[in-house]
Amino acid sequence: MTDLLSLTALEAHEAMVAGDLGAEEYTAAWREAAGGDELNAYLWRDEGGKEAAAIAVERDCVAPIAVKDIFTTEGVPTTAGSRILEGYRPPYTSSAVRKLVEAGAPILGKTNMDEFAMGSSNENSAYGPVLNPWDRERVPGGSSGGSAAVVAGGLAPWAIGTDTGGSIRQPAAFCGIVGLKPTYGAISRYGMIAFASSLDQCGPLTRTVSDAALLLGILQGKDPCDSTSVGIEGGIALPGREDLSGLRFGVPAELRGDDYDSDVRAVFEKTLRKIEELGGEVAEVSLPSSEHGISAYYVIAPAEASSNLARYDGVRYGMRAGGDGDLVEMYEATRSEGFGPEVKRRIMLGTYALSSGYYEAYYGQAQKVRTRIAEDFSGAFGTVDFVVTPTAPSVAFGLGEKTDDPLAMYLNDFFTVPMSLAGIPAISIPAGLAEPEGGGTRLPVGFQIASPAFSEQKLLDAAYALEQGIGFDARPGGADA
Amino acid sequence: MPELEAVIGLEIHVQLATKTKMFCGCELSFGDEPNVHTCPICLAHPGVLPVPNEQAIRYALQIGLALGCEIAPRSIFHRKNYFYPDSPKAYQISQYDIPICGAGRLGDVRIHRAHLEEDAAKMVHVGSSGRIHGSGASLVDFNRGGTPLVEIVTEPDLRGAPEAAEWARLLRETVRQLGVSDVNMEEGSLRVDANVSVRPAGSEELGTKTELKNMNSFRFLQRGVEAELARQRELVEAGGTVEQETLHFDPASGSLTSLRSKEEAHDYRYFPEPDLVSLAPTEEMLREARESLPELPAARIERYKAIGVPADVALTLATDPRTAGYFENVVEAAGGIEPRVLANWVTGELAAALRQAEVDGGAADSRVSPGAMAALVRMVGEKKISHGSAKIVLAAMVLEGGDPEPIVEREGLAQMSDSGELEAIVEQAMADNPDAVARVREGNDKAIGAIVGAVMRETKGRADGGEVNRLLRERL
Amino acid sequence: MIERDQVLHVARLARLRLSEEEVETMVGELSGILEHVDRIGSLDLEGVEPTSHVVALENVLRADEPRPSLPRDVALASAPEPQDGAFRAPSPQAE
Repeated sequence: MTDLLSLTALEAHEAMVAGDLGAEEYTAAWREAAGGDELNAYLWRDEGGKEAAAIAVERDCVAPIAVKDIFTTEGVPTTAGSRILEGYRPPYTSSAVRKLVEAGAPILGKTNMDEFAMGSSNENSAYGPVLNPWDRERVPGGSSGGSAAVVAGGLAPWAIGTDTGGSIRQPAAFCGIVGLKPTYGAISRYGMIAFASSLDQCGPLTRTVSDAALLLGILQGKDPCDSTSVGIEGGIALPGREDLSGLRFGVPAELRGDDYDSDVRAVFEKTLRKIEELGGEVAEVSLPSSEHGISAYYVIAPAEASSNLARYDGVRYGMRAGGDGDLVEMYEATRSEGFGPEVKRRIMLGTYALSSGYYEAYYGQAQKVRTRIAEDFSGAFGTVDFVVTPTAPSVAFGLGEKTDDPLAMYLNDFFTVPMSLAGIPAISIPAGLAEPEGGGTRLPVGFQIASPAFSEQKLLDAAYALEQGIGFDARPGGADA
Repeated sequence: MPELEAVIGLEIHVQLATKTKMFCGCELSFGDEPNVHTCPICLAHPGVLPVPNEQAIRYALQIGLALGCEIAPRSIFHRKNYFYPDSPKAYQISQYDIPICGAGRLGDVRIHRAHLEEDAAKMVHVGSSGRIHGSGASLVDFNRGGTPLVEIVTEPDLRGAPEAAEWARLLRETVRQLGVSDVNMEEGSLRVDANVSVRPAGSEELGTKTELKNMNSFRFLQRGVEAELARQRELVEAGGTVEQETLHFDPASGSLTSLRSKEEAHDYRYFPEPDLVSLAPTEEMLREARESLPELPAARIERYKAIGVPADVALTLATDPRTAGYFENVVEAAGGIEPRVLANWVTGELAAALRQAEVDGGAADSRVSPGAMAALVRMVGEKKISHGSAKIVLAAMVLEGGDPEPIVEREGLAQMSDSGELEAIVEQAMADNPDAVARVREGNDKAIGAIVGAVMRETKGRADGGEVNRLLRERL
Repeated sequence: MIERDQVLHVARLARLRLSEEEVETMVGELSGILEHVDRIGSLDLEGVEPTSHVVALENVLRADEPRPSLPRDVALASAPEPQDGAFRAPSPQAE
């Protein structure tokens, strides 16, 4: 059994295609492993009930997968981590899940997440926090914390999540796995419960870069149900690059600040040297507006969220409270009882930013900063192939450590938000371990690589070469790399 | 106090007659069971995305071109945020600062803009009455929710209630002839709201306006605007001021009630819809829309007036393009006969004969061919038959088709060409009516009618009235 | 900075009812966040085009072809209070 679970998704897929691995046996092993979830990572697991009929696979030939509970699955509970959708069973299936099912990947279950993907720690789930498999006193990151934890914790071979400002990359970094946010438009958003529509993007959380490539290849594509989807021309091939010769990696001066963990910086610097060892060139680039990324992001994302979350009104589906009162009372009771504090905070922030008299100062200005940030990246990509940063300014922090300080939590997205605003792809790969501030178990550090829009193939090739070079093989509870 | 001038602008919502909704594939319907035309998209389930209906874009372009609007090279959708059960997303996808159609004109009225949006769902209020608080409920039917709409907004160029109603009729006719909407006011596929204000005549400033809603016929539109103008004039003349508000017209009582709500002023928090990309009509889309435009009523009226058709007849024809086409075929078949005369025959006698015979459909669908119609009018012009006989012939043609000549022959309706025979009848009539003859000779001209009548009876209408008159006057 | 009255106004717009405690917390937290966000207010971005979208697509449209609607029982299956084939909601308060 242990042997089966140690296969990467790609290895398992190849073995199944070659007839060396029985798909049923393999999937059953994973279902059993998923059943041992002690991390509160799954909100629902497929235990063979009738409810999952609409997402059943005709013939398994791809490794089974865990799906963030933000993707609708017909007949199967879909909560987006919110109480307001408790018990909700959608009447349709998201395009991403449909593609997985059509490709032959059985759905293992739905993973826990920050409510409506708002959060960087998974503590904003209405169904309790997810625990980091490396240290159960710590957060797995967010908002795709459940998806990251199941992959890192041996509860699924791979998973999908969503990334709005870092929600795939940061938990991947905190859990020591690979997380890819593709170019905005690479994968359909249809059936992905919206947080911030102009930023949300689906992507893989996997053990290896090759698995991420395989999964992106399945998920990407233009979808007639999503007007903003484009797909990736030529599809995605498995990465095979051995070195980094001829490639230039830019370190943004503005994102090299001193105000983050020194251990994290040490791992980052070491990785830069590894790039050079592999034949790559490291240079400094300038992204002058990127330091305003957090400000722009925390206007744009809440503004769009305030509108996207207005539909949860207790009329057509989901929770309803205050049924005895008039319409406004029902609306207010439903939304006040249904949404958690972080969601309310962002709805308030976004409503304020769009309200009469403030639109230009906040939303209008943030959109212009967004233009500047995208221009910065275009400029940088004129001289380098990639922009690299740490994925997060720290390793996984402790449960409850930042819950009282929303701004501190937001600043955790410092390195990941600029790429989201520019709509470009970025991948986080595990680069090493670092001791958290205050000591404790050494924890994974992520290394982020970003590249121009729709250059995922090039990004995956480089990330693969670097992954092989780093040779990160630490596991939760296991020995250091 | 100077006279108060009416200033009226209209906002017209046109439901487009596409097969499916604006942003999803649900079929449009009217009068079906509630909630049988819904899907996750138009019910705003979590995760759904809108995709615009290309036919709705095409129709909007046609409306824009028909109204002479500037078409925006690039337009975008916005979200208009408000909570109400008829708005499932709690925002309406509409167009805001960059509508697909900009400034234009129809007749004497300037168009401010025309934009695309989606319709709200239908709400029916139910439940107990009499309780003061929290009584009753609404039942929401999402069949209509998401129907494509074009909202047309005019400049405040109308100066009276009748003008407003007349212009609205012209607009409806224009949209109808484009074939892009059913334009049925009672069913709500055409909805007209009016912005009404008054100001001292000659003033350029606009007074405070009120918005009138729910006028579901042109008659009610006129009555509603009249009532509101009267109210505003009375108010202003008494030294009061008009308050900006929305008024609901009650067709039963003809009265207006304020819809002022306790809600705080609306703050729709418009922002660009991130789920949709921009619309940039291509040359091909524009050419296709232009080529599909029929000749529109305003142009047709001008063309008919130029060939001598009276304005009211031209309007009648312009609102009925099939009959207008028929009329044009009659003109062509009739050679040199004045279009004015032909138009009167087509819209007058032929229409009456069709009604009389209870024939469904208009002239164009009738058994009377344009050639036969032209031949009949020519026979009257050449005095081969009298006007009265022609009506008899036309009635027969409506039922059996064919040319007029055989019918004239069969019915013996040919005008008396033998003046000897007619002279004899005239003289006999004079002899039979000595009193009338005497009175005419005493100067009572009207008395001649009795003698003419006697001649017509005798000739069974085959005599030409003019000729009978001439012969009588010779003898009197 | 955001004042208490503004917080209450925004909560009304967003159809959120905040407890007295939540209002207090919200005033403090939103003020802190806005103070950070306000840094972009001082940037000179005159003439910069706003980005509402990163995809350079135009005219992504759908053919006007009907697709099956949901059976009504499915459409109403998640409704908190279905009635007579419709979705029931409390009445807007009378005048």
